[in-house]
Amino acid sequence: MGQRVLLIEDEPNIIEAISYILSKDGWTVHTHSDGETAMDKVLQGVPDLIILDVMLPGRSGYDILRDLRADGVTASVPVMMLTARGQAKDRDMAERLGATHFMTKPFSNADILDCVRTLATS
Amino acid sequence: MISFNLLVFVSIAYVVFLFAVAFAAERRAAMGKTAWLRSSAIYTLSLSIYCTAWTFYGAVGYAARSGLEFLTIYLGPTLVMIGWWWLVRKLVRIGRTQRLTSIADLISSRFGKSTFLGVLVTVLAIVGTTPYIALQLQSVTQSIAVFAASSGEVWEAGDLNGAAMWVAAGLAVFTVLFGTRNLDAHERHHGIVLAIAVEAVVKLFALIAVGVFVVWGVAGGIGPTMDLIDASAQSQWAPQPSRWIGLIFVSAAAFLCLPRMFQVLVVENSDERTVSTASWAFPTYLLLMSLFVVPIAVVGLDLMPAGANPDLFVVTLPLSEGREGLAILSFLGGFSSATSMVIVATLALATMVSNHIVVPSWLNARTPGAVVSGDVRDVVVMSRRISIGVILALGYIYFRLSGGGGALAAIGLVSFTGVTQVLPAMIGGVFWRGANRWGAGAAISIGFAVWAWTQFLPSFGVDAVISQAVFDQGPFGINWLRPYALFGIEGIDPFVHAVFWSMLLNTGALIVVSILTFPNPLERLQGAQFVNVYDYSSGARTWSQSAAQAEDLLVMAQRILGGAEAQSIFQAEARSQGKDGFLPDVTPDFISRLERELSGSVGAATAHAMMAQLTEGAMVSVDDLIAVADETAQIMEYSSQLEAKSAEQDRTARALREANEKLTALSIQKDAFLSQISHELRTPMTSIRSFSDILRDGEIEDEARKKFAGIIHDETNRLTRLLDDLLDLGVLESGQVQLNIGEGTLAEVLDRAIMASGVAPDDLVISRRAVNEGVPLTTDLERLAQVFINLISNAAKYCMADDPELRIIVRQINGQTVVDFCDNGAGVPKESQSMIFEKFSRLEDAGKAGGAGLGLSICRQIMTALGGDVTYLPGQGGAGFRVTIPAAVALAAQ
Repeated sequence: MGQRVLLIEDEPNIIEAISYILSKDGWTVHTHSDGETAMDKVLQGVPDLIILDVMLPGRSGYDILRDLRADGVTASVPVMMLTARGQAKDRDMAERLGATHFMTKPFSNADILDCVRTLATS
Repeated sequence: MISFNLLVFVSIAYVVFLFAVAFAAERRAAMGKTAWLRSSAIYTLSLSIYCTAWTFYGAVGYAARSGLEFLTIYLGPTLVMIGWWWLVRKLVRIGRTQRLTSIADLISSRFGKSTFLGVLVTVLAIVGTTPYIALQLQSVTQSIAVFAASSGEVWEAGDLNGAAMWVAAGLAVFTVLFGTRNLDAHERHHGIVLAIAVEAVVKLFALIAVGVFVVWGVAGGIGPTMDLIDASAQSQWAPQPSRWIGLIFVSAAAFLCLPRMFQVLVVENSDERTVSTASWAFPTYLLLMSLFVVPIAVVGLDLMPAGANPDLFVVTLPLSEGREGLAILSFLGGFSSATSMVIVATLALATMVSNHIVVPSWLNARTPGAVVSGDVRDVVVMSRRISIGVILALGYIYFRLSGGGGALAAIGLVSFTGVTQVLPAMIGGVFWRGANRWGAGAAISIGFAVWAWTQFLPSFGVDAVISQAVFDQGPFGINWLRPYALFGIEGIDPFVHAVFWSMLLNTGALIVVSILTFPNPLERLQGAQFVNVYDYSSGARTWSQSAAQAEDLLVMAQRILGGAEAQSIFQAEARSQGKDGFLPDVTPDFISRLERELSGSVGAATAHAMMAQLTEGAMVSVDDLIAVADETAQIMEYSSQLEAKSAEQDRTARALREANEKLTALSIQKDAFLSQISHELRTPMTSIRSFSDILRDGEIEDEARKKFAGIIHDETNRLTRLLDDLLDLGVLESGQVQLNIGEGTLAEVLDRAIMASGVAPDDLVISRRAVNEGVPLTTDLERLAQVFINLISNAAKYCMADDPELRIIVRQINGQTVVDFCDNGAGVPKESQSMIFEKFSRLEDAGKAGGAGLGLSICRQIMTALGGDVTYLPGQGGAGFRVTIPAAVALAAQ
């Protein structure tokens, strides 16, 4: 255990909720709330899984995803996209850019746990 | 005694009756019922305008002065109608095929559409006719004066002039009304023709009634009358052969050449067959008109006091016998004779002036290619109306100047001889192909000059225009130019002298000049059309196998249709005729087809005129020119309409495009809006869901539970606020916001807003200046407060200064109250300033704000609804917002 999850999200309450759920499940959760500096944060210590919000201040989740996939170090890290917009074209965009999974807000805690477990073990 | 008023009443009633007749005829003609209007009877009666007041009154006077010589005036037309009716028929045929509108048109058209000849004949006609119109006015006024005298009134010259003026004005109105009602290419006027036919009956009836009364009522029967005639001096006068021949010739010529006679004889004629009936019916009419002339003259001379004017015997005889009814009838006969002549003469002259002087000058004055504005017809109609007025005015002026003196018959003869100057050119034009415009021009000019010198100018009297010295010695002492003795030949009767010399020189000039000069080819062809009118007019509508050369046609067609198109038309035609190349045989079929092709480009009238030029040599007539100009105007108008339409379509298309762009933009906005709404709703819902899941699943410390429940509570509030804002914005944007107008001061509203915003002084210091805040307001105070609350809350949320401060400054600018809200924070970046009033625009680093970004958008909507505005105020150090409260609202309360 002790796998590391990086949560990039700007809504404080959502950060709190996800951190609580995952911590309880035994994950080590790091959080970051700014888009601009997200890439630096990732490269400081590559996590086992990244949960990435689309609408971030400074830089959009899609741009960050593109960089992650372009960088050899992070290209294979599973990325779960979270979005509150949830339209089909957002999902298409995420998949095209190489998101491992796509989840629309709001989500159930069970769903996000299942998803994190599946992605982390694959 | 006849009351003078009764006479006036009868005259007016008669005129009204004539108006009614003319009007009824026009109505029937308008309904297409023209058959009886074209009948031989109407035609014959309309010819009777030959018998003017000169005939009605003057014939008796003539007989009293010169015996049977008056008969020559009737014999001339009789000879023409019986012996030369085929000439009349030929003129009628030419008039119809060439669409002639007047005698001037005939001459000008025959001689290559010469403008000069048209003007010359028109001037001649006006000069010759003006005295004649004056004569009619004079006869009417004289007969009125007779009645006035018999009822004991003494008429001064001024009264006579006044009466003449009223008659002239009335005739002008009648002629304008019925002569220029519509512009018919054939110049036919059914109303006028029927009115003059009625007048013809009236005058014949009146004259016969007077005659019967004189013979049987006064003289005591035929026997005593014949005895009286035998005993009279008149019966002893032997006819002078030279005068008789001259008079018969002149009256015959005048019958054909007088503008008014040409009008009824040729222009108004719509059926050639009526000519053959008129050939015996009209001489019969003349015979009846002349039947009682001698008895009335002889009895009048016998009964009336010496010195009585024999010209007025027709009226004075019945009056002196106490037959007042008969006298009035006789007056109406004379009135009819005068008015019918004046109406038709004026109409004919007006047509000539308009067609040969006004319209050509008007067309010439227009620069080629200039846009034809207005209707050519308006110009034509107006020029005719004005001409009618001018011609009658000329007649009246002549009447005034001549002083109403002189025997009626003398003036009539001068006129007759004048218009006779057109005869050689007309006869030559119709029978002799060799006659050309040089000849015609010379003939008419010389004839005109000789007539003016030997008869017209002398007619004003010795020393009036020509002095006695000139009569005796000739001008400048040139003996052979004496007016009554040209070339030194003396002793001839002045009338015969004038006729002889003018006709001799006129005809001589026509023949000699025509032989010595050459007609242009078009004139030659036009001549052929006139001389051989029966050959040309048989197949009226088709093009004759003609002089047109295929090459000429091709040249013209290329100019109009463009080279390629014209060539392909010609080539196709040549091929269908089994020929190679581009030049087919010019068949009537081909010409017609080509004309149709051309009409598509230049209009039918122009195409026809152009084809006519090349194929038949017909010159373009004034009517054609009018049609061309008319058509051009219509095409111009049509194309400008098309332009307007296409401009309109462009506008519509642009509007549609804009609307479409707007819709697209709106649709994009809607997508963005929904996406934003979705995001704003889902974010708090995510927290709520997540924490409610955690709470439900249990195993949680109290501390955490409390915290999580608090988050759920806050997020629910956030959702509620968001929905409230959305609904508020929806109402404001729809424009259906219900304003609750109240009164208060700005200070009160600010107080309430600061209180409601719940901002603690520790979080934000608010500085105000109460001095300026006493502004009274009449507006929706709640909504205004809402705006203020939003701005204050924003400052509290976003101002990140160490000691946050908000200054609220009230100013009066241009009569408007402005309230500025300036904080000491970082302010809004320049690039975002234009965005902040948009929905969901939120500065990105304002994560703690917790609003959905609708606040400023709502503020702007509210201020717009209140008639004011809220704008970002840059350059204030921190964020600055300016609320403008409209002057009207602020002032309304003061």
